[in-house]
Amino acid sequence: MKISIIITLKKDVLDPQGKVIHQTLGGMGYENIKEIRQGKYLEIDIQENDQKKAEEKVEEMCKKLLANLVIENYKIIESQ
Amino acid sequence: MNSSVITFPGSNCDRDMNVALKKFGFKNKMIWHDDLELPKSDLVVLPGGFSYGDYLRCGSMASKSKIMKSVLNFAKGGGNVIGICNGFQILVEAGLLPGVLLRNKYLEFICKNIFVKVNNKDNLFFKGIKKETLEFHIAHNEGNYFCSKEQSKEIDDNDQIALLYSDKAGNVNENTNPNGSIRNIAGIFNKERNILGMMPHPERMIDPALSGVDGSIFFENLINNLK
Repeated sequence: MKISIIITLKKDVLDPQGKVIHQTLGGMGYENIKEIRQGKYLEIDIQENDQKKAEEKVEEMCKKLLANLVIENYKIIESQ
Repeated sequence: MNSSVITFPGSNCDRDMNVALKKFGFKNKMIWHDDLELPKSDLVVLPGGFSYGDYLRCGSMASKSKIMKSVLNFAKGGGNVIGICNGFQILVEAGLLPGVLLRNKYLEFICKNIFVKVNNKDNLFFKGIKKETLEFHIAHNEGNYFCSKEQSKEIDDNDQIALLYSDKAGNVNENTNPNGSIRNIAGIFNKERNILGMMPHPERMIDPALSGVDGSIFFENLINNLK
């Protein structure tokens, strides 16, 4: 199975990179942006045909290494 | 006194730390990250650098490397551990210290001398230091200390703040905060205060010809407290 996940900073954590991207886009004339938050995207190709089992394993990986739950949230966005 | 400095791929302050520890009387050993066991140590140091190229999050990969199982056992058994800069990032990623180190507020790599106020001297690392502030060097891109509200309360309840960014006189305010750390935090302890994580580099302040001498005060005091 191929599991896709995104990792984003929690709402109340400052995202200076997102802010700079926002400012730059503003400078290019895109003035109606409310906010930009930058995140990470990962694809994990796992040798497991059972979707539920594969997603459980990936969740475990997120909790143990891929995301830092003090500042980040993770979300499985696609399993195929 | 026996000390061990762990070298991860990408560590670059490990040899400076080796020089500093030896200068003040430690018998130091350099330990490779892929080793399984720590030698008998009175102090373990996780040095600064860019372990694993700062991939994923600073310190995240190093916190899961082979030697860290022994370091975790050592620390949880009351062993004394210091993490400097990237070492501090590794300690928070390993769950030995609360919080996390984010990208600096103004997105710049900061490399300069700063002052820190010693906030708590009731511990092995700072007990006996007479000065109220120390001049150290910082060099980091991710030193912006952050923690959850619950963690912040726990840090207060247990008096875990070690160092605060300040001016020479010990004033702590927004102007003396180089990187956006909440409450100017530059270093913290675990609850039991046998683990210290700090962004500033005392090992860069051990020679007046190169920089300053407040690192000498730190290491001299530390080995005396360990004896």
